Amino acid sequence: MARAALPGRLTWRVAALADAFDLTKSARGLVFDVPGWPGHLPGQHVDLRLTAEDGYSVQRSYSISSAPDGDRVELAVQRVEDGEVSPYLCDVLPVGAEIELRGPVGGWFVWRPADRSPMTLVAGGSGIAPLMAMIRTRAAEGSRVPFRLICSVRTPDDVMFADELRRRAREDAGLDVRLVYTRQAPEGSPEPPGRLGVATVNTYAWPAGFTPQCFVCGPTGFVETVSDILVALGHDPRRVRTERFG
Amino acid sequence: MSDDHVDGNALAGDLREIFAVDLTVATGQCAGCGHKGSVATLRVYRNAPGIVARCPHCEEVVLRVVRGRDRAWLDLRGTVSLEIPLTP
Repeated sequence: MARAALPGRLTWRVAALADAFDLTKSARGLVFDVPGWPGHLPGQHVDLRLTAEDGYSVQRSYSISSAPDGDRVELAVQRVEDGEVSPYLCDVLPVGAEIELRGPVGGWFVWRPADRSPMTLVAGGSGIAPLMAMIRTRAAEGSRVPFRLICSVRTPDDVMFADELRRRAREDAGLDVRLVYTRQAPEGSPEPPGRLGVATVNTYAWPAGFTPQCFVCGPTGFVETVSDILVALGHDPRRVRTERFG
Repeated sequence: MSDDHVDGNALAGDLREIFAVDLTVATGQCAGCGHKGSVATLRVYRNAPGIVARCPHCEEVVLRVVRGRDRAWLDLRGTVSLEIPLTP
């Protein structure tokens, strides 16, 4: 539907799928070309809309996982088995096909590189996506803000961006990466699999005394647990920012 | 009301289509209990014909958005006020 864009207000933009690849067995990275993309802050998300020929349309929110890069935007999409949208995006949408995006949106769950506070990032599963945008932006800007990432996954096969995280943990000075396995740990792992608890957060997150910013993203239950742990460990609730994806 | 909600962050797109600024960074006050907090921290329920945002403190409904094909309805009766950061 044609509608003149009012200045300052956001409307839908047409985006074309430029590239797609497996992130894990159940998640795909989708790179879209979005002509006129205004750039984004790491942590922001987009709303994605699919419209059928009969006019039926569905809308979902996805975090942007890429650092700002011209008209390119990468989304990480976890396939929800009985989902209406994610199986289509992951398995059907061909490269070159067009969808609609509205964004970037959200000014709360974002990292501004000018903020020098140490950063604790805690991801549950595909909750890594917006945190990955922060890690990539940090590298792209040559920022020296110290980052600690704790990433909780079910099994070693469920780590999104596994190779890149391994490389960045080696090469990006000031970035620590800690993987926590809840169901199955890799062979030779010193710790048995288990849920992320107080001890792990206390060991691998920045202590509250360093007044870090904490960003927690994942399923609702995971985010509740981790943000409660952080507050119990003395972090100012106002410095614990969360993004639940239900 | 445990696992079925997301954060107020999820309101960003729908509100940015209506308002010229990002309302999720605004500070709202709940008409139910007086709690003040960022709109981004509200509990948002999307399993309804519209979007329902509740106070994270007392769980009263503070904001509702219903989107039609060519209009939106915004119900703010549960909100005393919104303090919206603006560029000076």
